[in-house]
Amino acid sequence: MDNYYLGIDVGSVSTNLILIDEDNELVFKRYLRTQGKPIDIIKEGIKELSDEFGAKNILGVGATGSGRYLASIIVGADIVKNEITSHAVAALDYNSEVKTIIEIGGQDSKIIIVRDGIVVDFAMNTVCAAGTGSFLDRQALRLGIDISEFGNKALDSNNDVRIAGRCAVFAESDMIHKQQLGHNQEDIIKGLCSALVRNYLSNVGKGKEITSPILFQGGVAANKGIKASFEEELNNNVIVPKNFDVMGAIGAAILGKKKAKSQGYTNFKGVDLYKNNYGVGSIECSGCSNICEILEIKEDNKVLARYGDKCGKWSL
Amino acid sequence: MKITFPHLGNVYIAAKAFLEDMGHEVIPPPVCSRKTLEIGTKFSPEMMCMPFKIFIGNYIESIQKGADTIVITGSCGPCRFGFYGDMQKDLLRDLGYDVEVIVLESPKEGLKDFKNNIGKLIGSNSLWSIGKNIKPALNLIKIIDELTQLSNKVRAFALDKKEVNKIMDDYYEEAVRVCGTKEITKLTRATENKLKEVKVDQSHSPIKIGIIGEIYTIIEPFVNLEVERKLGDMGVLVEKSLTPTKWFDHHVYSYPFGSKEENLKFKLAKPYLKTMVGGHGRETIGSAIYYNNMGYDGTIQILPLNCMPEIVAKSILKTVSKDLNFPIMTLVVDEMTGEAGYMTRLEAFVDLINKRREEMLIG
Repeated sequence: MDNYYLGIDVGSVSTNLILIDEDNELVFKRYLRTQGKPIDIIKEGIKELSDEFGAKNILGVGATGSGRYLASIIVGADIVKNEITSHAVAALDYNSEVKTIIEIGGQDSKIIIVRDGIVVDFAMNTVCAAGTGSFLDRQALRLGIDISEFGNKALDSNNDVRIAGRCAVFAESDMIHKQQLGHNQEDIIKGLCSALVRNYLSNVGKGKEITSPILFQGGVAANKGIKASFEEELNNNVIVPKNFDVMGAIGAAILGKKKAKSQGYTNFKGVDLYKNNYGVGSIECSGCSNICEILEIKEDNKVLARYGDKCGKWSL
Repeated sequence: MKITFPHLGNVYIAAKAFLEDMGHEVIPPPVCSRKTLEIGTKFSPEMMCMPFKIFIGNYIESIQKGADTIVITGSCGPCRFGFYGDMQKDLLRDLGYDVEVIVLESPKEGLKDFKNNIGKLIGSNSLWSIGKNIKPALNLIKIIDELTQLSNKVRAFALDKKEVNKIMDDYYEEAVRVCGTKEITKLTRATENKLKEVKVDQSHSPIKIGIIGEIYTIIEPFVNLEVERKLGDMGVLVEKSLTPTKWFDHHVYSYPFGSKEENLKFKLAKPYLKTMVGGHGRETIGSAIYYNNMGYDGTIQILPLNCMPEIVAKSILKTVSKDLNFPIMTLVVDEMTGEAGYMTRLEAFVDLINKRREEMLIG
């Protein structure tokens, strides 16, 4: 029987589940919308995995993304890793020469600088979500264009419009203004792509040495317009890996494989876990003025975890 | 006179003890919490830096508990902290709070004002009397800082990190209940012994990270989202570039020459920044180089959103990091209390350092 390793990336917008084999080849991939209910979506993903694959020999599990701790509680992960390390691991597995990783997801954008196979520097967007997937989603919706078509439209433009990209709110009003002047849609979309790339490079990528090979991953890498704008701005080739949208999960699976092998067992609860009932309860602790919200995750009637308190008196 | 003051990390313990020794009733503000931040944000100018907002929250929470006099320190130079005292005085008056605000400016801003203001607290204007009374308090600050650093050390090595956190939480809670420098000293010593008994893993060789930045942000755990504890829980040995002890050493004990460590940091910063830019901008740069020279594995700069001196430092730190091949990360803190993104950055930074170390060991 072949051995497989599971990677789960629970992000703000999407939840990705992937399965790799012993050679890190992807054999199963699900890209689901998190929709604010990560537990249900994780269960759904595991169910699809089980339907398609049955109870395969899953020997290691890694969890990543902002919901990584939650994912680990539900499925039993061998390793819980932050998104930066996971993305770097997957990128290095894809191309061991990689020097720069651009990752743009739903709420976060990151840059990871790699030299000789080690992460030497990284940065994430701070308090602004301009230029991330959620903003693009919203603009596509407003223009009545399917998000999967959005980037392609930009490629049709031959005269881009300048749009202020510093702040998502102002970018939007600038776009509306340009649209009311009568600019055509392709040009506006192209202008938006360039604005977002400028914003990324001057915020997240500021002061970083961006040298090739450059990998572009995360959900936004599907957008051909953004990729083209990056190539223009950087004057360099930008590579979008085949599984760009699930690179975090792939990295987690690779790390999970390594960990499970070194410890000699896996914590994975098996694909049947989707049959369990998971309940979430929350209470507001009134012990002090922090008024922490304590969350309790239950599997059937067993308390799996409790967290959210500053002082640790509830934590399990 | 029921005295209160804003929170500055662990200083409240020594400040309370000192004022109690002087015979005052002291109402320390409740530990900074979301409520403090909520109150402060509501009544402060929106674009103001974060410490201002927390201070306002501290005052109002203390006033609600009965305080009628506020003691704060002043500052000079191009940093907004310099006008906190006057602005906050006006702000509280506009809100209808009838309180006295005593601003302790540095002696170089005018010895007479300094003596008068301190005089209000200790009931005598003579320098001799000021010196005599302040000494035990400064000593106390020192031993409390030593305790905090000891807890950082023990936490990095401890088998059960929770044990260390519990000891420190109990200490902070108990410290508000006991009175005067003598009692606090006793409590601090007892806590020290408890920490020394925590079971540790002697074979652990922790990575070392220096926390650098503006003093308030790095010493007040609520503001920096308990960065010392979070890193310690990951087994990292942390040290802060500035502590109340170091501040007093530099500004009071060694006045007007400055302390050895701070002067060294100025010297180290010189190739990058020759002049003071207000706040602790120059110290931040010097500290980064200092920690590199001391064999640390990396440093983290904590920057309160829109703090001018630290912004200057941040842009220079990029060059420092490159020149010295030394990992430096900047974390911006603001009113957000969500910790997920913060944890991601800390974890990734620790991963980065661990990986570097592995590579160096292999050669």
